[in-house]
Amino acid sequence: MSDAETPSIDDAELAEESVEEVLEEELPQPELLHGVPVSESRGQVVLHPSRDEYVALVSSLRELGYWMCVDLCGVDYLGYGPNRNLPAGVAPERFEVVVGLLSHSDRSRIRLRVQIPESDPELATLFLIHPSVENPEREVFDMFGIRFDGHPDMTRILMPDEWVGHPLRKDYELGRIPVQFKGASTAR
Amino acid sequence: MGIVANVQADGLAGLEHNFLTGRVEDLIRWARSHSSWPATFGLACCAIEMMATGGPHYDLARFGMEVFRASPRQADIMIVAGRVSQKMAPVLRQIYDQMMEPKWVISMGVCASSGGMFNNYALVQGVDTIVPVDVYAPGCPPGPETLLQAIVTLHELIETGEIMRRREVTGAGAGVHLDELQLPTSSALTIGTR
Amino acid sequence: MTSTDLTTLNSARDRLTSDGSVLRLSETEAEQKSGYQAPTEEGLGERMIMNMGPQHPSTHGVLRLVLEMDGETITRSKPVIGYLHTGMEKTGEELTYLQGATNVTRMDYAAPLFNELVFSLAVEELLGIEVPDRGQWIRMLMSELNRMSSHLLFMATNGMDLGAVGMMLYGWREREEVLRFFEAVTGLRMNHNYIRPGGVAADLPDGWEEELSAILDIIPDRLAEFDLLMTGQPIWRDRLQGVGVITAEEALSLGATGPILRSTGYAWDLRRDQPYLKYDQVEFDVIAGSFGDCFDRYSIRLAEIRESMRIVRQIIEKMPEGDYRVQDKKVTPPPRARIDESMEALIHHFKIFTEGFKVPEGEVYVAVESPRGELGCYIVSDGSSKPFRMHIRGPSFVNLQTLPHLMKDSFLADTVAIISSVDPIMGEIDR
Repeated sequence: MSDAETPSIDDAELAEESVEEVLEEELPQPELLHGVPVSESRGQVVLHPSRDEYVALVSSLRELGYWMCVDLCGVDYLGYGPNRNLPAGVAPERFEVVVGLLSHSDRSRIRLRVQIPESDPELATLFLIHPSVENPEREVFDMFGIRFDGHPDMTRILMPDEWVGHPLRKDYELGRIPVQFKGASTAR
Repeated sequence: MGIVANVQADGLAGLEHNFLTGRVEDLIRWARSHSSWPATFGLACCAIEMMATGGPHYDLARFGMEVFRASPRQADIMIVAGRVSQKMAPVLRQIYDQMMEPKWVISMGVCASSGGMFNNYALVQGVDTIVPVDVYAPGCPPGPETLLQAIVTLHELIETGEIMRRREVTGAGAGVHLDELQLPTSSALTIGTR
Repeated sequence: MTSTDLTTLNSARDRLTSDGSVLRLSETEAEQKSGYQAPTEEGLGERMIMNMGPQHPSTHGVLRLVLEMDGETITRSKPVIGYLHTGMEKTGEELTYLQGATNVTRMDYAAPLFNELVFSLAVEELLGIEVPDRGQWIRMLMSELNRMSSHLLFMATNGMDLGAVGMMLYGWREREEVLRFFEAVTGLRMNHNYIRPGGVAADLPDGWEEELSAILDIIPDRLAEFDLLMTGQPIWRDRLQGVGVITAEEALSLGATGPILRSTGYAWDLRRDQPYLKYDQVEFDVIAGSFGDCFDRYSIRLAEIRESMRIVRQIIEKMPEGDYRVQDKKVTPPPRARIDESMEALIHHFKIFTEGFKVPEGEVYVAVESPRGELGCYIVSDGSSKPFRMHIRGPSFVNLQTLPHLMKDSFLADTVAIISSVDPIMGEIDR
């Protein structure tokens, strides 16, 4: 997107304006579903709410029949090379919280991907809408260090309380230690 | 006429019952090896195979071991069956400490023995870093036959007294490594008739 | 399916979030506070905080429960997990897609084939390949047999937990029959790594129909013995009926799936409602209960063994001929015979097993009905030969959240019955 021509100082303001105008016209408007940008992945519907829209969206989807929150997990996109398949207007951040909702009445699933910035890893909890997220949210906190605001018990779940670090982050080492052969008698 | 008088009169022929002679030490070892009760220390996949070993087909009762004790204070053998996580390690050590001497440890499966395929932050790489291990049973999970062989090996070691001698010297277990039993896969299914 | 409406659902949810049946203590606090608790100003009477597990004979592995007791009655409780945390999701990022099945199969070790199945389905979805018919039918056959062996394991442990120690022997006896078939097909009794992305590892051995028919002839009689030993017995019924009751709305709110959800009368089964493999071509019933108690959950599992046998019989009849894995050179290694005569095949084989195959970028969630409920797999691929992120939605992990609600106001002696009826497998909970 680098422009070869640098505009002169005189018409800088004008150029800026026109660029903005042009960008606005050219930017593809994101396709919306339930009021938020939507994309498709292998035939599965994925919604991309912002952090502010997230809770309201989940509760309105509940009204529409998505009664069950089956899954909630985190993803750390640090070092992810290719295009992340985000619709226009959704800025990629390091973390994502992925929520799977299920509607029994029309037997369909819908997935939510919420972008969480590294600088402020926090998200509102879904606990009051779907109590089923209690354990999964604790797991995401434990593994990724994303705090869920309003969760009744935001503590580690899988690792011991005093553990340092969040193991599923990409910058957390796997922790492999070299294999030690104890008491090996023959050295070939 | 008492027994003493009989013996005084006829020597050993004066006894009404047969008997064996032996050293007390041997007798105790024999008794220990034939009624060593395991603690239920099932952790993961291996625990299912350990239970299968106790089931009707493999029948651990043949070795005087069918009484799985839930309380470590009543158990003699700890079969560490499965992967030991960093969170579980202190618990495991505590249970080992609660067991009465003499006590023995079988490390069942590669995860308990060396961490196995999970060489990562969460697992203790080998339970022998926490407790002295006497017999390592390989396999993922070891079949009931392999576990039985580990148990029989341990019984032999108990009977010869080798383990306790070694533990006195080094503080560690016998450290016997078994080979996994390569039994032919049963192609023909023989199913018990009722 | 019993219908419910949003209003009942919402009120059930609000009750669950506010009734305080979960004891929210951190591990350290629980340790400090264990033992006698004096009455507090908040209106709580004399009570006792008790620790159960992680090493306890009836917690099915290494589950730990912190219980708050008022005399013999449980007021609040909290399951503490993580004692079997293996870091499988992290390790999964280090293994190629072909190796991935070995990793996931060790999660739910009572039903390993389902883990492999859901992982393979997710990878195939990303690859955009379809497994040949025979491969799909073999997968279905193996997973139904695995459902049987898993439920038989439940019968054994559930019986033993409740004092019917003989069930430990009977349950294992039947399970051994199924395992012997598994060993003949996959070479292993557990952790098979048999279902792999692209198909299954090997075709069924010769004479599999007869072997299976022999099993199918034996087990119905033995299940009748189960009925005799347990279902009709007054002690058995007294210990299970009306214990650990949950409503459909509560189960939905807590995300419970599988026999727990179905025991409430809410007949939701992914095999029927979102069919995968060839489940739309076989006939079976979805078993549902009506009271949502421990007895219903027991009966559902017993009936599901019979339904699985019904499916297996149909599979034996309908098993098509053909390939058992895709003939896509990118995914499938060449057959053994070709390696001996062709250098290219040897290199190809080597490449697949060392580097693995590349999977197009994208993300996908796939779910199957495991014996414990909805088993899901979410994979993010960055176009390389290893998953960028692999997440397994373990049914036990979510089902475990029902425990405090099931146990509230029940007796201490019932905890064992309730834990057992949820049928948690710790390997899948902690991963």
